[in-house]
Order: sequence, then C-alpha cells, then structure tokens
Amino acid sequence: MAQKKITQQAYQEMTKQASPPTRSYLTIPTAFAVGGLICVLGQALLGIYQSMGLEKDAAGTAVSVTLVFLSALFTGLKLYDKLAKYAGAGTLVPITGFANAMVSPALEFKSEGLVLGLGAKLFTIAGPVIVYGVSAAALYGVIAYLFGLY
Amino acid sequence: MPARIGKYTTRLDRSPSVVSFASVVSKKESEGPLGACFDVVNQDTAFGEKTWEKAESRMQETAVQKALEKGGLSAGDIDYIFAGDLLNQCISSTYGIRATGIPFFGLFGACSTMAEGLALSGLFVEGKLAERAMAATSSHFCSAERQFRFPLEYGGQRTPTSQWTVTGAGAAIVGEKGQPPYLRHVCIGTIEDMGVTDMNNMGAAMAPAAAATFSRFFEDTHTSPENYDLILTGDLGKVGSELLGKLLREKGYNLEGRHNDCGLMIYDLEHQDVGAGGSGCGCSASVLCSAILTRIREGALREVLFAATGALMSPTSVQQGESIPGIAHLVHISSQPEGGC
Repeated sequence: MAQKKITQQAYQEMTKQASPPTRSYLTIPTAFAVGGLICVLGQALLGIYQSMGLEKDAAGTAVSVTLVFLSALFTGLKLYDKLAKYAGAGTLVPITGFANAMVSPALEFKSEGLVLGLGAKLFTIAGPVIVYGVSAAALYGVIAYLFGLY
Repeated sequence: MPARIGKYTTRLDRSPSVVSFASVVSKKESEGPLGACFDVVNQDTAFGEKTWEKAESRMQETAVQKALEKGGLSAGDIDYIFAGDLLNQCISSTYGIRATGIPFFGLFGACSTMAEGLALSGLFVEGKLAERAMAATSSHFCSAERQFRFPLEYGGQRTPTSQWTVTGAGAAIVGEKGQPPYLRHVCIGTIEDMGVTDMNNMGAAMAPAAAATFSRFFEDTHTSPENYDLILTGDLGKVGSELLGKLLREKGYNLEGRHNDCGLMIYDLEHQDVGAGGSGCGCSASVLCSAILTRIREGALREVLFAATGALMSPTSVQQGESIPGIAHLVHISSQPEGGC
C-alpha cells in the first residue's frame, strides 16, 4: 500500500484549508454597529445628565457608572453574552465589556467561596487589562515628563 | 483468550457482550437529531445540583445506575469500573461512582475515555479477570467551559472551528458472550502530535491520532473500510472529520460513505450554533450508549469501528505554547460473535 509520511508543515497547511475562516465581512460590520450604538447610548446619557445640570466632567463619570451598571445587570440576567456572541469587539471594547469581564467571573466562581473563588478569580480576565493599562499610563507619564510634553 | 494480532491490535476470541448500556443528556442534546435515543434527559442543566461539577457527577452516577437497572443488575454484580472525565483529577467520576462500591479504575484519556474504558472492560472480561466490567464517562458544557475557557456569562466569540462540549454521560457493561453487541477487537492508540497549538481546533489536533489508529487496525486485521458498515469517531467535528478522510486517503483507505462522527451526529450543526460540532467525553459516550449500540443490538448495524479521540492537553500546557497531542482508541463492535468481516 502506498504510504506517504505527512510532515507537520504539510499538516498545518491541510488544517488551514479544512478550517473555515472567521466571516469578517459579517463580524466586523456587526461589531462596528453594536459598539457604535453603545457609544451613541453613552452620548445620549451624557446629554441627559448635562441637561439635568451636571458639569461635563461629572456627567462623563455618571455615563460610565450607568453603562457599567447596565452591563453588570445584563450580565447577571444572562443576556450580555448572547449579544456579545454577535457583537464581538463591539461589546468587548467599550467600558461595558470591562464590566462584563469583572461580573462574569464573579458569578462563575462564587461556588468556590467568597475569598478563594469570587475574590481571587474576579480579576482573571480584567486583571491583565488593568496591569498593562496602568503600566502603559505610567510609562507615558515618564515620557511626557522627560520630553516636557506638558 | 485474547490474541495479539499484528503490532497494535488484540482480538477478543470469546467475544464479550455489551450486556447493558445507558445514556444521560441535557436539554440541548435532547433537541438534537438523536434526541429520542437517550435513556435519561434532564431539562435542567444543573441536574438539581448547586455546582456544575456536582451536576456532572450526578449525570455520570445516573448513567451508571440506569445501565445497571436496564441490565437487571446491581452494583455488586460489577467487578470493575473504568471511568474518567475531563475535570481536574477526574472528580466527576470519583464523586459520581463514590457511592456504588464498585472497584474503580480512574482513567484519563480526555474525550477518548469511552473507547479506552470499553477496550479495558473487554480485555478484562476476555481474560477472565472479571465476569462483568463497566465503562463510564461524562462531560458537561458548563464545567468544561469554566475549566478550559471562560466564565459562562463572559461575552466572547467562538472561532468557527471551535466545538461545543456535550452535556452527557454514558455507561456500558461488558459481560460474558450472550447477546449482541459483541466486542471483537481492540486497538489501543499511540499519542500523535502534528503540532496543532490552537485549542479552538481540537478536531485538527486529534485527526492524526484517529488516522494512525485506523490504518494500523486495518493493517493488523487485513481488512479495509469496506468491511465495516460504520466507522465512527468520537468528536473530530467537521474540521477533524475532513482531515481524517484526507489523511487516510493518503494511506490508501477511503472512508467515504462509511464514516460518521459522534460530534456531528449529536447536534444539528445548521441550527444549534455549536461551531464545528460536539466534543467532550460525553459526546462519544452518549451517542455510543444510545443510538449506536441499540442499532448493533437490533442488527441494523453489523460491523462498527468505534474510535473515540482525545486531546491530551491542559490549559497550562496550551498557555505555555505546547502543541496538542491527540490519541484514539478503537473498539470493533459487531452484531455477530464471529465471522462477519
């Protein structure tokens, strides 16, 4: 019987051909639309808070708080992940995605207790974002100071 | 006595029977094409338990009890049980089987566990080490997600090649030759690694192992795919199945029209949003211990090669950039105690 030994490289090529690619022509516009709508919601909230007499900065903070609350609420209601399945980065990138990344492990790991479960696992997804976000901010601060950008 | 034929295959000359078998699944699986075939369907994915791990243990326990009940047996009639699952330290099996008092071999073969357990049960009965031996395994979508991927409510997307862990369990009791299905051959797989590192493409990682086991079995037994009605893999899914076909064609074997995959059978891929198909120990276990063994018993299927495939990685090894080794164990199950193919 004719036998050919398939190399790892050849197999990777076969795998690539057999694996359906992500349908970017669908996922990217959906992400853009949903992410955009979340931002529109934020903008609308900003207007509402400002019209209620808040200063722009305070209104901005109130918008963040509201969006974080809504995201946490919808995560708890088991709806956020259903939207995210279609929206992808559209729900991941805005502040709502961050809230979801905190609330979902809190829900998931409470079965291991409040300390080692919920407490320890709360930052499993969001932790790296905070670590590298803060690090990047500090680095930028140093650069800004050294080069007298301010 | 079991007879070694070729380098990898063992023939079971006394043709042990699968005397009883049972399957347990949950809601999503019951809505799939095989929905009517399962013994126990629990619409509550938590199976009345507080944690997903407990739910999975309960499911495996239920499968074991149901198999005993269907066979008119009690736990005391079983000499050994071979069981395992996907969770760390195989806790679904240990907690699920804890109360039975059956001497227990814990197995880790990832999703190949059903074939591994069935092969060992067959060998033990064939070698007269046991009058009856049992194989059981389970997987649960929610317990697997939290161990291998993300929290359930995390808003992430899956790649098209990713597979959906079946919430299901299966148990099969092997005993002396009696009625069909009969276990005729076993072929234990080797660990094959073709360098796939994508944890969301398990089918591709496991296909080379399945191809290796099948081609060795065909060589050892001097048979070819045409000798079998059904060549069934565990959870290669769409991508892995296509790759298996290609790999075996390279070796001169054509599976066309004979191959199916439990991961493709259990869900409706068009409408159930499961990516490339089902996966998990419970995938091959619940499909084998329902539709397949029933059809062999009734004679609707005569010669079946059942090869469950496993991806032998851990979240740690994947994070460290290791490739994913695969394994496939094969059991030849027949409606006749001898002859046939």
